[in-house]
Amino acid sequence: MTTVRAAFAWRRPSVIPGFGPAMGFTLFYLTMIVLIPLAALALRPWEHGVAGVWKTLSDDRVLAALRLSFGAALIASALNVVMGVIVAWALVRYRFPGKGLVDAAVDLPFALPTAVAGIALATLYGPHGWIGGLFFPLGIKIAYTPLGVLIALIAVGLPFVVRTVQPILAEAEVEIEDAAATLGATQWQWFSRVLLPALTPAVITGFSLAFARAVGEYGSVIFIAGNMPMRSEIAPLLIVTKLEQFDYAGAAAIGLAMLVLSFAALMVINGLQLVAARRGSAR
Amino acid sequence: MTARVAARPSGPGWILLAIAVAWIGLTILTPLALVFSEAVRKGWSAYLTAIVEPDALSAIKLTLLVAAIAVPLNAVFGVAAAWTVTKFEFRGKALLLSLIDLPFSLSPVISGLVWVLLFGANGWFGPLLNKWGIQVIFNVTGIVLATVLVTFPFVARELIPLMQSQGTDEELAAITLGAGGWSTFWRVTVPNIRWGLLYGVLLCNARAMGEFGAVSVISGHIRGQTNTMPLHVEVLYNDYNIGAAFAVASLLAGLALVTLAAKSALEWRIARADLNAIGG
Repeated sequence: MTTVRAAFAWRRPSVIPGFGPAMGFTLFYLTMIVLIPLAALALRPWEHGVAGVWKTLSDDRVLAALRLSFGAALIASALNVVMGVIVAWALVRYRFPGKGLVDAAVDLPFALPTAVAGIALATLYGPHGWIGGLFFPLGIKIAYTPLGVLIALIAVGLPFVVRTVQPILAEAEVEIEDAAATLGATQWQWFSRVLLPALTPAVITGFSLAFARAVGEYGSVIFIAGNMPMRSEIAPLLIVTKLEQFDYAGAAAIGLAMLVLSFAALMVINGLQLVAARRGSAR
Repeated sequence: MTARVAARPSGPGWILLAIAVAWIGLTILTPLALVFSEAVRKGWSAYLTAIVEPDALSAIKLTLLVAAIAVPLNAVFGVAAAWTVTKFEFRGKALLLSLIDLPFSLSPVISGLVWVLLFGANGWFGPLLNKWGIQVIFNVTGIVLATVLVTFPFVARELIPLMQSQGTDEELAAITLGAGGWSTFWRVTVPNIRWGLLYGVLLCNARAMGEFGAVSVISGHIRGQTNTMPLHVEVLYNDYNIGAAFAVASLLAGLALVTLAAKSALEWRIARADLNAIGG
Protein backbone atom coordinates (compact mmCIF):
# COMPACT_ATOMS: atom_id res chain seq x y z
CA MET A 1 0.00 0.00 0.00
CA THR A 2 2.72 2.42 0.94
CA THR A 3 4.64 1.71 -2.27
CA VAL A 4 1.56 2.47 -4.34
CA ARG A 5 1.05 5.76 -2.56
CA ALA A 6 4.74 6.61 -2.97
CA ALA A 7 4.52 5.91 -6.69
CA PHE A 8 1.50 8.18 -6.98
CA ALA A 9 3.34 10.91 -5.16
CA TRP A 10 5.89 11.32 -7.91
CA ARG A 11 3.75 10.56 -10.89
CA ARG A 12 0.21 11.39 -11.80
CA PRO A 13 -1.87 8.23 -12.37
CA SER A 14 -2.81 7.49 -15.96
CA VAL A 15 -4.85 4.82 -17.71
CA ILE A 16 -2.24 4.66 -20.47
CA PRO A 17 -0.15 1.55 -19.83
CA GLY A 18 3.55 1.03 -20.30
CA PHE A 19 4.99 3.59 -17.92
CA GLY A 20 7.06 1.01 -16.04
CA PRO A 21 8.77 -0.69 -19.00
CA ALA A 22 9.23 2.53 -20.99
CA MET A 23 10.67 4.46 -18.06
CA GLY A 24 12.74 1.45 -17.02
CA PHE A 25 14.31 1.01 -20.43
CA THR A 26 14.86 4.76 -20.83
CA LEU A 27 16.68 5.01 -17.51
CA PHE A 28 18.67 1.81 -18.07
CA TYR A 29 19.85 2.90 -21.51
CA LEU A 30 20.55 6.45 -20.35
CA THR A 31 22.63 5.09 -17.47
CA MET A 32 24.64 2.69 -19.60
CA ILE A 33 25.31 5.02 -22.53
CA VAL A 34 25.49 8.46 -20.94
CA LEU A 35 25.67 8.48 -17.14
CA ILE A 36 28.33 5.82 -16.42
CA PRO A 37 30.66 7.12 -19.15
CA LEU A 38 30.22 10.69 -17.92
CA ALA A 39 30.86 9.55 -14.36
CA ALA A 40 34.22 8.27 -15.59
CA LEU A 41 34.90 11.67 -17.14
CA ALA A 42 33.98 13.43 -13.90
CA LEU A 43 35.98 11.15 -11.58
CA ARG A 44 39.10 10.08 -13.43
CA PRO A 45 40.85 13.47 -13.63
CA TRP A 46 41.31 13.44 -9.83
CA GLU A 47 43.41 10.26 -9.71
CA HIS A 48 46.53 12.25 -8.88
CA GLY A 49 44.60 14.65 -6.71
CA VAL A 50 43.78 18.29 -7.31
CA ALA A 51 47.47 18.90 -7.90
CA GLY A 52 47.41 16.48 -10.85
CA VAL A 53 44.51 18.30 -12.47
CA TRP A 54 46.18 21.64 -11.82
CA LYS A 55 49.42 20.42 -13.34
CA THR A 56 47.63 19.28 -16.50
CA LEU A 57 45.52 22.38 -16.90
CA SER A 58 48.16 24.97 -16.03
CA ASP A 59 50.48 23.63 -18.72
CA ASP A 60 51.12 26.37 -21.28
CA ARG A 61 50.31 24.09 -24.19
CA VAL A 62 46.94 23.08 -22.67
CA LEU A 63 46.07 26.69 -21.87
CA ALA A 64 46.96 27.77 -25.41
CA ALA A 65 44.76 24.99 -26.83
CA LEU A 66 41.80 25.90 -24.60
CA ARG A 67 42.23 29.57 -25.48
CA LEU A 68 42.24 28.75 -29.19
CA SER A 69 39.22 26.41 -29.01
CA PHE A 70 37.09 28.84 -27.00
CA GLY A 71 38.37 32.04 -28.64
CA ALA A 72 37.93 30.81 -32.21
CA ALA A 73 34.49 29.37 -31.30
CA LEU A 74 33.46 32.76 -29.92
CA ILE A 75 34.60 34.69 -33.00
CA ALA A 76 33.19 32.14 -35.45
CA SER A 77 29.78 32.05 -33.71
CA ALA A 78 29.62 35.85 -33.56
CA LEU A 79 30.31 36.04 -37.30
CA ASN A 80 27.77 33.28 -37.89
CA VAL A 81 25.14 35.29 -36.03
CA VAL A 82 25.59 38.19 -38.45
CA MET A 83 25.72 36.03 -41.59
CA GLY A 84 23.02 33.67 -40.30
CA VAL A 85 20.56 36.50 -39.75
CA ILE A 86 21.29 37.88 -43.24
CA VAL A 87 20.77 34.43 -44.81
CA ALA A 88 17.58 33.80 -42.81
CA TRP A 89 16.31 37.26 -43.77
CA ALA A 90 16.97 36.63 -47.47
CA LEU A 91 15.27 33.23 -47.32
CA VAL A 92 12.19 34.52 -45.50
CA ARG A 93 11.71 37.79 -47.32
CA TYR A 94 12.77 37.41 -50.89
CA ARG A 95 11.72 35.36 -53.86
CA PHE A 96 14.59 34.53 -56.19
CA PRO A 97 15.63 31.80 -58.62
CA GLY A 98 17.47 28.94 -56.90
CA LYS A 99 15.91 29.73 -53.53
CA GLY A 100 15.03 26.10 -52.86
CA LEU A 101 18.62 25.07 -53.48
CA VAL A 102 20.03 27.76 -51.19
CA ASP A 103 17.55 26.81 -48.48
CA ALA A 104 18.48 23.14 -48.71
CA ALA A 105 22.21 23.94 -48.82
CA VAL A 106 21.99 25.62 -45.41
CA ASP A 107 21.49 22.20 -43.80
CA LEU A 108 24.50 20.62 -45.48
CA PRO A 109 26.93 21.20 -42.59
CA PHE A 110 24.52 19.19 -40.38
CA ALA A 111 24.67 16.23 -42.75
CA LEU A 112 28.18 16.35 -44.20
CA PRO A 113 30.65 14.19 -42.24
CA THR A 114 33.22 16.37 -40.52
CA ALA A 115 36.20 14.52 -42.00
CA VAL A 116 34.88 15.27 -45.49
CA ALA A 117 34.45 18.93 -44.67
CA GLY A 118 37.90 18.86 -43.09
CA ILE A 119 39.86 17.60 -46.08
CA ALA A 120 37.80 19.76 -48.44
CA LEU A 121 38.54 22.94 -46.45
CA ALA A 122 42.22 22.05 -46.06
CA THR A 123 42.54 21.59 -49.82
CA LEU A 124 40.44 24.65 -50.66
CA TYR A 125 42.39 27.01 -48.40
CA GLY A 126 45.78 25.34 -48.83
CA PRO A 127 48.57 27.21 -50.69
CA HIS A 128 47.53 25.59 -53.99
CA GLY A 129 43.78 25.56 -53.35
CA TRP A 130 41.05 27.43 -55.23
CA ILE A 131 40.86 30.07 -52.47
CA GLY A 132 44.16 29.61 -50.61
CA GLY A 133 45.99 29.96 -53.94
CA LEU A 134 44.56 33.48 -54.36
CA PHE A 135 45.87 34.63 -50.99
CA PHE A 136 49.17 32.76 -50.90
CA PRO A 137 50.95 35.06 -53.41
CA LEU A 138 49.92 38.03 -51.21
CA GLY A 139 51.77 36.44 -48.32
CA ILE A 140 48.58 35.39 -46.50
CA LYS A 141 48.51 31.80 -45.30
CA ILE A 142 45.07 30.50 -44.31
CA ALA A 143 45.39 26.74 -43.95
CA TYR A 144 47.69 25.47 -41.19
CA THR A 145 47.25 28.67 -39.13
CA PRO A 146 44.72 29.77 -36.46
CA LEU A 147 42.88 31.49 -39.32
CA GLY A 148 42.25 28.03 -40.78
CA VAL A 149 40.70 26.91 -37.48
CA LEU A 150 38.39 29.92 -37.64
CA ILE A 151 37.37 29.15 -41.25
CA ALA A 152 36.44 25.57 -40.31
CA LEU A 153 34.37 26.68 -37.31
CA ILE A 154 32.58 29.26 -39.44
CA ALA A 155 31.73 26.57 -41.98
CA VAL A 156 30.10 24.24 -39.41
CA GLY A 157 28.16 26.83 -37.39
CA LEU A 158 25.99 28.66 -39.92
CA PRO A 159 22.92 26.36 -39.97
CA PHE A 160 22.45 26.61 -36.20
CA VAL A 161 21.78 30.34 -36.44
CA VAL A 162 19.78 30.24 -39.68
CA ARG A 163 17.48 27.46 -38.51
CA THR A 164 16.69 29.04 -35.15
CA VAL A 165 16.19 32.55 -36.54
CA GLN A 166 14.29 31.65 -39.72
CA PRO A 167 10.95 30.51 -38.17
CA ILE A 168 10.86 33.46 -35.75
CA LEU A 169 11.58 35.87 -38.58
CA ALA A 170 8.86 34.32 -40.74
CA GLU A 171 6.32 34.71 -37.97
CA ALA A 172 7.45 38.10 -36.76
CA GLU A 173 7.68 39.82 -40.08
CA VAL A 174 4.13 39.05 -41.19
CA GLU A 175 2.41 39.77 -37.92
CA ILE A 176 4.43 42.69 -36.72
CA GLU A 177 5.41 44.50 -39.87
CA ASP A 178 1.81 44.94 -40.89
CA ALA A 179 0.85 46.25 -37.48
CA ALA A 180 3.81 48.60 -37.29
CA ALA A 181 3.24 49.89 -40.81
CA THR A 182 -0.40 50.68 -40.18
CA LEU A 183 0.59 52.54 -37.04
CA GLY A 184 3.00 54.66 -39.06
CA ALA A 185 6.41 53.46 -37.83
CA THR A 186 9.42 54.15 -40.00
CA GLN A 187 11.51 51.25 -41.27
CA TRP A 188 14.24 51.94 -38.75
CA GLN A 189 11.81 52.19 -35.84
CA TRP A 190 10.20 48.97 -36.96
CA PHE A 191 13.56 47.26 -37.12
CA SER A 192 15.02 48.50 -33.84
CA ARG A 193 11.88 48.58 -31.71
CA VAL A 194 9.86 45.69 -33.09
CA LEU A 195 11.94 43.17 -34.99
CA LEU A 196 15.13 43.22 -32.95
CA PRO A 197 13.53 42.50 -29.55
CA ALA A 198 11.46 39.70 -31.08
CA LEU A 199 14.52 38.22 -32.72
CA THR A 200 17.05 38.52 -29.89
CA PRO A 201 16.14 35.32 -27.99
CA ALA A 202 16.37 33.24 -31.17
CA VAL A 203 19.68 34.86 -32.10
CA ILE A 204 21.07 34.06 -28.66
CA THR A 205 19.88 30.45 -28.91
CA GLY A 206 21.44 30.12 -32.36
CA PHE A 207 24.67 31.63 -31.09
CA SER A 208 24.88 29.23 -28.16
CA LEU A 209 24.19 26.17 -30.33
CA ALA A 210 26.85 27.22 -32.84
CA PHE A 211 29.25 28.00 -30.00
CA ALA A 212 28.75 24.64 -28.26
CA ARG A 213 29.32 22.82 -31.52
CA ALA A 214 32.40 24.89 -32.41
CA VAL A 215 34.12 24.46 -29.03
CA GLY A 216 34.19 20.68 -29.38
CA GLU A 217 34.61 20.49 -33.14
CA TYR A 218 37.34 18.09 -34.23
CA GLY A 219 37.00 16.50 -37.67
CA SER A 220 36.58 19.61 -39.78
CA VAL A 221 39.35 21.43 -37.90
CA ILE A 222 42.34 19.09 -37.58
CA PHE A 223 43.08 18.85 -41.31
CA ILE A 224 43.17 22.60 -41.91
CA ALA A 225 44.66 23.59 -38.53
CA GLY A 226 48.21 22.34 -39.01
CA ASN A 227 48.11 21.43 -35.31
CA MET A 228 51.19 23.33 -34.20
CA PRO A 229 51.54 23.24 -30.40
CA MET A 230 50.95 26.66 -28.78
CA ARG A 231 49.70 28.06 -32.06
CA SER A 232 47.07 26.10 -33.98
CA GLU A 233 46.41 23.10 -31.76
CA ILE A 234 42.81 22.74 -30.54
CA ALA A 235 41.84 21.31 -27.15
CA PRO A 236 40.12 18.13 -28.46
CA LEU A 237 43.34 17.23 -30.29
CA LEU A 238 45.29 17.50 -27.05
CA ILE A 239 42.89 14.97 -25.51
CA VAL A 240 43.78 12.57 -28.31
CA THR A 241 47.49 13.23 -27.78
CA LYS A 242 47.23 12.56 -24.01
CA LEU A 243 45.34 9.32 -24.69
CA GLU A 244 48.04 8.17 -27.08
CA GLN A 245 50.54 8.66 -24.22
CA PHE A 246 48.20 6.62 -21.94
CA ASP A 247 47.76 9.71 -19.75
CA TYR A 248 44.09 8.94 -19.05
CA ALA A 249 43.82 11.32 -16.09
CA GLY A 250 45.29 14.17 -18.14
CA ALA A 251 42.99 13.49 -21.11
CA ALA A 252 39.98 13.34 -18.78
CA ALA A 253 41.06 16.58 -17.05
CA ILE A 254 41.10 18.47 -20.36
CA GLY A 255 37.76 16.92 -21.36
CA LEU A 256 36.18 17.85 -18.06
CA ALA A 257 37.59 21.37 -18.23
CA MET A 258 36.13 21.83 -21.73
CA LEU A 259 32.75 20.60 -20.53
CA VAL A 260 32.70 22.79 -17.42
CA LEU A 261 33.87 25.87 -19.36
CA SER A 262 31.28 25.44 -22.08
CA PHE A 263 28.49 24.90 -19.55
CA ALA A 264 29.62 28.04 -17.75
CA ALA A 265 29.59 29.93 -21.05
CA LEU A 266 26.13 28.58 -21.90
CA MET A 267 24.84 29.61 -18.47
CA VAL A 268 26.07 33.17 -19.03
CA ILE A 269 24.38 33.12 -22.44
CA ASN A 270 21.15 31.79 -20.91
CA GLY A 271 21.33 34.57 -18.34
CA LEU A 272 21.61 37.10 -21.16
CA GLN A 273 18.62 35.48 -22.81
CA LEU A 274 16.54 35.90 -19.63
CA VAL A 275 17.50 39.57 -19.46
CA ALA A 276 16.64 39.99 -23.15
CA ALA A 277 13.30 38.23 -22.69
CA ARG A 278 12.44 40.41 -19.69
CA ARG A 279 13.33 43.54 -21.62
CA GLY A 280 11.31 42.34 -24.59
CA SER A 281 8.22 41.74 -22.46
CA ALA A 282 8.65 45.02 -20.58
CA ARG A 283 8.10 47.03 -23.72
CA MET B 1 -0.54 29.41 -41.24
CA THR B 2 1.04 32.81 -41.58
CA ALA B 3 2.58 32.12 -44.96
CA ARG B 4 2.93 35.11 -47.21
CA VAL B 5 4.39 35.12 -50.67
CA ALA B 6 7.94 36.41 -50.41
CA ALA B 7 8.62 39.59 -52.36
CA ARG B 8 11.11 40.29 -55.10
CA PRO B 9 14.05 42.14 -53.54
CA SER B 10 14.42 45.85 -54.20
CA GLY B 11 17.29 48.31 -53.69
CA PRO B 12 19.24 47.38 -50.56
CA GLY B 13 17.41 44.06 -50.59
CA TRP B 14 19.48 43.03 -53.59
CA ILE B 15 22.68 43.66 -51.66
CA LEU B 16 21.52 41.56 -48.70
CA LEU B 17 20.40 38.78 -51.00
CA ALA B 18 23.70 38.84 -52.88
CA ILE B 19 25.64 38.65 -49.61
CA ALA B 20 23.51 35.72 -48.39
CA VAL B 21 23.84 33.73 -51.60
CA ALA B 22 27.57 34.47 -51.92
CA TRP B 23 28.14 33.37 -48.32
CA ILE B 24 26.32 30.06 -48.80
CA GLY B 25 28.25 29.57 -52.04
CA LEU B 26 31.58 30.30 -50.40
CA THR B 27 31.21 28.43 -47.10
CA ILE B 28 29.01 25.49 -48.12
CA LEU B 29 28.75 24.89 -51.87
CA THR B 30 32.40 25.50 -52.83
CA PRO B 31 33.81 22.86 -50.43
CA LEU B 32 31.14 20.43 -51.62
CA ALA B 33 32.00 21.06 -55.27
CA LEU B 34 35.67 20.59 -54.46
CA VAL B 35 35.02 17.13 -52.99
CA PHE B 36 33.49 15.86 -56.22
CA SER B 37 35.93 17.67 -58.48
CA GLU B 38 38.98 16.27 -56.63
CA ALA B 39 37.40 12.81 -56.53
CA VAL B 40 37.26 12.45 -60.30
CA ARG B 41 40.29 14.57 -61.19
CA LYS B 42 42.44 11.56 -62.03
CA GLY B 43 39.67 9.99 -64.08
CA TRP B 44 36.85 7.57 -63.45
CA SER B 45 38.98 4.44 -63.39
CA ALA B 46 41.15 5.85 -60.59
CA TYR B 47 37.93 6.79 -58.80
CA LEU B 48 36.52 3.26 -59.08
CA THR B 49 39.82 1.68 -58.05
CA ALA B 50 39.89 3.77 -54.88
CA ILE B 51 36.40 2.62 -53.96
CA VAL B 52 36.64 -1.11 -54.70
CA GLU B 53 40.10 -1.50 -53.18
CA PRO B 54 39.89 -4.03 -50.26
CA ASP B 55 40.61 -1.56 -47.44
CA ALA B 56 37.95 0.79 -48.79
CA LEU B 57 35.42 -2.02 -49.12
CA SER B 58 36.07 -3.20 -45.59
CA ALA B 59 35.67 0.40 -44.36
CA ILE B 60 32.33 0.64 -46.18
CA LYS B 61 31.20 -2.67 -44.67
CA LEU B 62 32.22 -1.62 -41.16
CA THR B 63 30.42 1.72 -41.50
CA LEU B 64 27.23 -0.04 -42.62
CA LEU B 65 27.53 -2.58 -39.79
CA VAL B 66 28.03 0.08 -37.11
CA ALA B 67 25.07 2.11 -38.37
CA ALA B 68 22.95 -1.06 -38.55
CA ILE B 69 23.53 -1.65 -34.83
CA ALA B 70 23.63 1.91 -33.47
CA VAL B 71 20.65 3.38 -35.31
CA PRO B 72 18.03 0.74 -34.28
CA LEU B 73 19.24 0.92 -30.67
CA ASN B 74 18.78 4.67 -30.57
CA ALA B 75 15.47 4.41 -32.42
CA VAL B 76 14.06 2.03 -29.79
CA PHE B 77 15.40 4.29 -27.06
CA GLY B 78 13.92 7.35 -28.79
CA VAL B 79 10.45 5.80 -28.91
CA ALA B 80 10.64 4.58 -25.28
CA ALA B 81 11.92 7.93 -24.03
CA ALA B 82 9.35 9.91 -26.00
CA TRP B 83 6.55 7.60 -24.77
CA THR B 84 7.70 8.07 -21.17
CA VAL B 85 8.07 11.81 -21.39
CA THR B 86 5.00 12.72 -23.43
CA LYS B 87 2.33 10.27 -22.28
CA PHE B 88 2.89 10.56 -18.53
CA GLU B 89 3.29 13.26 -15.91
CA PHE B 90 6.01 12.67 -13.34
CA ARG B 91 8.52 14.53 -11.23
CA GLY B 92 12.00 15.04 -12.59
CA LYS B 93 10.83 15.20 -16.20
CA ALA B 94 12.82 18.36 -16.90
CA LEU B 95 15.96 16.70 -15.56
CA LEU B 96 15.36 13.61 -17.70
CA LEU B 97 14.90 15.84 -20.78
CA SER B 98 18.16 17.67 -20.20
CA LEU B 99 20.01 14.40 -19.64
CA ILE B 100 18.66 13.10 -22.96
CA ASP B 101 19.97 16.27 -24.66
CA LEU B 102 23.32 16.13 -22.88
CA PRO B 103 25.26 14.20 -25.58
CA PHE B 104 24.54 17.08 -28.02
CA SER B 105 26.86 19.29 -26.00
CA LEU B 106 29.73 16.80 -25.82
CA SER B 107 32.71 17.18 -28.10
CA PRO B 108 32.93 14.09 -30.35
CA VAL B 109 36.38 13.49 -28.91
CA ILE B 110 34.91 13.39 -25.39
CA SER B 111 32.28 10.92 -26.60
CA GLY B 112 35.12 8.63 -27.61
CA LEU B 113 37.33 9.43 -24.62
CA VAL B 114 34.76 8.29 -22.03
CA TRP B 115 34.75 4.75 -23.44
CA VAL B 116 38.55 4.59 -23.30
CA LEU B 117 38.34 5.74 -19.65
CA LEU B 118 36.02 2.78 -18.99
CA PHE B 119 37.41 0.03 -21.21
CA GLY B 120 40.95 1.08 -22.23
CA ALA B 121 44.11 -0.64 -21.00
CA ASN B 122 44.12 1.73 -17.99
CA GLY B 123 40.32 1.93 -17.88
CA TRP B 124 38.03 1.14 -14.95
CA PHE B 125 36.87 -2.16 -16.45
CA GLY B 126 39.54 -2.65 -19.12
CA PRO B 127 41.99 -4.88 -17.19
CA LEU B 128 39.20 -7.10 -15.83
CA LEU B 129 37.59 -7.61 -19.23
CA ASN B 130 41.01 -8.21 -20.75
CA LYS B 131 41.56 -11.05 -18.30
CA TRP B 132 38.39 -12.64 -19.63
CA GLY B 133 39.60 -12.09 -23.16
CA ILE B 134 37.04 -9.41 -23.94
CA GLN B 135 38.31 -6.46 -25.92
CA VAL B 136 36.12 -3.38 -26.28
CA ILE B 137 38.55 -0.69 -27.42
CA PHE B 138 40.16 -0.87 -30.87
CA ASN B 139 37.33 -3.00 -32.14
CA VAL B 140 33.78 -2.93 -33.44
CA THR B 141 32.19 -2.90 -29.96
CA GLY B 142 34.00 0.31 -29.05
CA ILE B 143 33.14 1.94 -32.37
CA VAL B 144 29.47 1.05 -31.87
CA LEU B 145 29.47 2.42 -28.29
CA ALA B 146 31.05 5.71 -29.39
CA THR B 147 28.60 6.02 -32.28
CA VAL B 148 25.62 5.24 -30.02
CA LEU B 149 26.65 7.99 -27.59
CA VAL B 150 27.16 10.57 -30.32
CA THR B 151 23.80 9.86 -31.96
CA PHE B 152 21.96 9.20 -28.68
CA PRO B 153 19.43 12.10 -28.72
CA PHE B 154 18.63 12.21 -32.45
CA VAL B 155 15.43 10.11 -32.59
CA ALA B 156 14.18 11.14 -29.13
CA ARG B 157 14.64 14.84 -30.03
CA GLU B 158 12.46 14.47 -33.15
CA LEU B 159 9.74 12.41 -31.45
CA ILE B 160 9.31 14.32 -28.19
CA PRO B 161 7.97 17.60 -29.65
CA LEU B 162 5.88 15.67 -32.18
CA MET B 163 4.24 13.42 -29.57
CA GLN B 164 3.87 16.37 -27.21
CA SER B 165 1.81 18.19 -29.80
CA GLN B 166 -0.30 15.09 -30.50
CA GLY B 167 -1.17 14.70 -26.82
CA THR B 168 -2.75 11.58 -25.34
CA ASP B 169 -6.37 11.88 -26.53
CA GLU B 170 -6.18 9.20 -29.21
CA GLU B 171 -4.45 6.69 -26.94
CA LEU B 172 -6.92 7.41 -24.14
CA ALA B 173 -9.82 6.88 -26.54
CA ALA B 174 -8.42 3.56 -27.77
CA ILE B 175 -7.83 2.29 -24.25
CA THR B 176 -11.20 3.44 -22.99
CA LEU B 177 -12.78 1.51 -25.85
CA GLY B 178 -10.97 -1.59 -24.63
CA ALA B 179 -7.81 -1.79 -26.72
CA GLY B 180 -4.74 -3.29 -25.06
CA GLY B 181 -1.50 -1.41 -24.48
CA TRP B 182 0.48 -2.94 -27.33
CA SER B 183 -2.30 -2.74 -29.86
CA THR B 184 -2.86 0.91 -28.92
CA PHE B 185 0.83 1.55 -29.42
CA TRP B 186 1.06 -0.21 -32.80
CA ARG B 187 -2.28 0.87 -34.24
CA VAL B 188 -2.66 4.39 -32.84
CA THR B 189 0.72 5.79 -31.83
CA VAL B 190 3.01 4.31 -34.47
CA PRO B 191 0.93 5.46 -37.46
CA ASN B 192 0.85 8.94 -35.94
CA ILE B 193 4.59 9.18 -35.44
CA ARG B 194 5.94 7.15 -38.36
CA TRP B 195 7.10 10.10 -40.49
CA GLY B 196 8.69 11.82 -37.53
CA LEU B 197 10.34 8.55 -36.55
CA LEU B 198 11.68 8.07 -40.06
CA TYR B 199 12.98 11.66 -40.00
CA GLY B 200 14.84 11.03 -36.75
CA VAL B 201 16.24 7.72 -38.01
CA LEU B 202 17.45 9.43 -41.18
CA LEU B 203 19.37 12.13 -39.29
CA CYS B 204 20.67 9.59 -36.78
CA ASN B 205 21.92 7.39 -39.61
CA ALA B 206 23.68 10.24 -41.41
CA ARG B 207 25.54 11.16 -38.25
CA ALA B 208 26.28 7.52 -37.38
CA MET B 209 27.86 6.83 -40.77
CA GLY B 210 29.78 10.10 -40.85
CA GLU B 211 31.02 10.23 -37.26
CA PHE B 212 34.74 10.88 -37.11
CA GLY B 213 36.05 12.30 -33.83
CA ALA B 214 34.52 9.83 -31.36
CA VAL B 215 35.31 6.84 -33.55
CA SER B 216 38.82 8.09 -34.25
CA VAL B 217 39.64 8.13 -30.53
CA ILE B 218 38.47 4.59 -29.97
CA SER B 219 39.20 2.66 -33.16
CA GLY B 220 42.99 2.29 -33.13
CA HIS B 221 43.03 2.94 -36.89
CA ILE B 222 43.78 -0.64 -37.89
CA ARG B 223 43.51 -0.63 -41.65
CA GLY B 224 41.10 -3.17 -43.12
CA GLN B 225 39.85 -3.96 -39.61
CA THR B 226 38.73 -1.02 -37.51
CA ASN B 227 38.63 1.76 -40.07
CA THR B 228 35.22 3.19 -40.86
CA MET B 229 34.76 5.27 -44.01
CA PRO B 230 35.58 8.63 -42.39
CA LEU B 231 38.70 7.10 -40.78
CA HIS B 232 39.72 5.58 -44.09
CA VAL B 233 39.43 9.05 -45.64
CA GLU B 234 41.79 10.38 -42.98
CA VAL B 235 44.34 7.59 -43.50
CA LEU B 236 44.37 8.11 -47.27
CA TYR B 237 44.64 11.88 -46.92
CA ASN B 238 47.53 11.64 -44.46
CA ASP B 239 49.27 9.22 -46.87
CA TYR B 240 49.06 11.99 -49.52
CA ASN B 241 46.75 9.70 -51.48
CA ILE B 242 44.54 12.73 -52.07
CA GLY B 243 42.57 11.43 -55.06
CA ALA B 244 41.56 8.24 -53.26
CA ALA B 245 40.72 10.18 -50.08
CA PHE B 246 38.34 12.40 -52.02
CA ALA B 247 36.89 9.42 -53.89
CA VAL B 248 35.82 7.78 -50.60
CA ALA B 249 34.84 11.21 -49.24
CA SER B 250 32.57 11.70 -52.26
CA LEU B 251 30.57 8.63 -51.20
CA LEU B 252 30.03 10.20 -47.79
CA ALA B 253 29.16 13.54 -49.40
CA GLY B 254 26.68 11.65 -51.61
CA LEU B 255 25.15 10.14 -48.48
CA ALA B 256 24.76 13.65 -47.04
CA LEU B 257 23.04 14.86 -50.21
CA VAL B 258 20.68 11.87 -50.28
CA THR B 259 19.90 12.48 -46.60
CA LEU B 260 19.07 16.12 -47.29
CA ALA B 261 16.88 15.21 -50.26
CA ALA B 262 15.01 12.59 -48.24
CA LYS B 263 14.68 15.08 -45.39
CA SER B 264 13.10 17.67 -47.69
CA ALA B 265 10.71 15.04 -49.05
CA LEU B 266 9.78 14.00 -45.50
CA GLU B 267 9.27 17.60 -44.38
CA TRP B 268 6.89 18.06 -47.26
CA ARG B 269 5.07 14.88 -46.25
CA ILE B 270 4.87 15.85 -42.60
CA ALA B 271 3.54 19.29 -43.52
CA ARG B 272 0.90 17.66 -45.71
CA ALA B 273 -0.02 15.17 -42.98
CA ASP B 274 -0.45 18.11 -40.58
CA LEU B 275 -2.68 19.92 -43.06
CA ASN B 276 -4.77 16.77 -43.52
CA ALA B 277 -5.06 16.38 -39.77
CA ILE B 278 -6.28 19.97 -39.46
CA GLY B 279 -8.58 19.65 -42.45
CA GLY B 280 -10.03 16.31 -41.42
